[in-house]
Amino acid sequence: MCTTCGCGNGQTHINDKPMSAPPRPDQPMHFRSPAHPRDIDTIDSGIGIAGTHAPGMSRARMVRIERDILTQNNQWAQRNRNYFSAHGIFALNLVSSPGSGKTTLLVDTIVRLRDRLPITVIEGDQQTDHDAARIRATGVPALQINTGKGCHLDAHMIDRALQQLTLQHDSLLFIENVGNLVCPSAFDLGEAHKVVILSVTEGEDKPLKYPDMFHAADLMLLNKCDLLPYLNFDVDLAIEYAYRVHPGLPVIRLSATQGSGMQAWCDWIMANRHPMKSRSTLG
Amino acid sequence: MHELSLAEHLLHIIEDAAQQQRFSRVKAVWLEIGELACVEPASLRFYFDVVTRDSIAHQAALHIIDIPGQAHCSACGKHCAISSYHAMCPHCSCSGTGLTVTQGEAMRIKELEVE
Repeated sequence: MCTTCGCGNGQTHINDKPMSAPPRPDQPMHFRSPAHPRDIDTIDSGIGIAGTHAPGMSRARMVRIERDILTQNNQWAQRNRNYFSAHGIFALNLVSSPGSGKTTLLVDTIVRLRDRLPITVIEGDQQTDHDAARIRATGVPALQINTGKGCHLDAHMIDRALQQLTLQHDSLLFIENVGNLVCPSAFDLGEAHKVVILSVTEGEDKPLKYPDMFHAADLMLLNKCDLLPYLNFDVDLAIEYAYRVHPGLPVIRLSATQGSGMQAWCDWIMANRHPMKSRSTLG
Repeated sequence: MHELSLAEHLLHIIEDAAQQQRFSRVKAVWLEIGELACVEPASLRFYFDVVTRDSIAHQAALHIIDIPGQAHCSACGKHCAISSYHAMCPHCSCSGTGLTVTQGEAMRIKELEVE
């Protein structure tokens, strides 16, 4: 068990039901057709380790492997990406520290875009379905993944969530990752883009302190800008730090509560949502 | 903090290899860890020991090969060694904005000693 953050096995739940151990990503997929509505709510995730024991040789020998440690996650991510691509689903993975205003941002984004295209949300938190409930209050379907002690969403959890969701063609999928600026950067979920949210109530040097996340993101949203008159936050310095770890990273300054910059963010979504263009035009 | 997950992925790969190449015990594992990879080697070692208990890799030695970070500068056309994403190009005045990482982001399982 993790002595740092308490990560552990067997505690992931989707809409309050335990999530089973993952099959191999090369097994057949059973995605729900995007035409059959179904009640959805929350996933809890815990990945067990399949114990294998092959009868073998008694003599020591060397075996070349040459595989990325995240091969399995990346295979699941590619399956998710293929699914999104086949159905014209624009998936965004929202990452940030806890308290940056992700859910508030999401709620306001949904209100602005819900009449223009179908939207679905996957929420990731260690515990509770509070965020999913806030999303559902906007009239948009939301599925809650509770990672238990886990500190990030992985591609297999998203695969399981997709089996329970009814995603429509040519729609938007927001994945709100667990609030954590470290671990989610390493796990591809199959999204078109990672969008990192930094709020001005945090330090300007977050991009330097947590470079992996800002390097992995394709867009940075600088949130809570309405509070700038009351803070010593240096916007230009924050953006300069972000450029140091990710030269040319697009940045949108906004306030999810007051509305400034929200139109630019919505415009970015609408301009980049074509799945064929999304990975080639940015990042 | 995600090193537990990485250690589990590592064990999955080892178990897959065990089924395919028919071995029943792993004595040593060689991993290549890039200098820029999102992993803390000491933490990975700790979790490797935890997740391999009662597995075919129980008490296997974990050898980590450090792969240095490298980048190419589009401003001056030269290659340079980097140890972070906010490194500066040592050859020109691009302030790091021209750098593209060419090596040091991967975490790869290289080979196993098995029996």
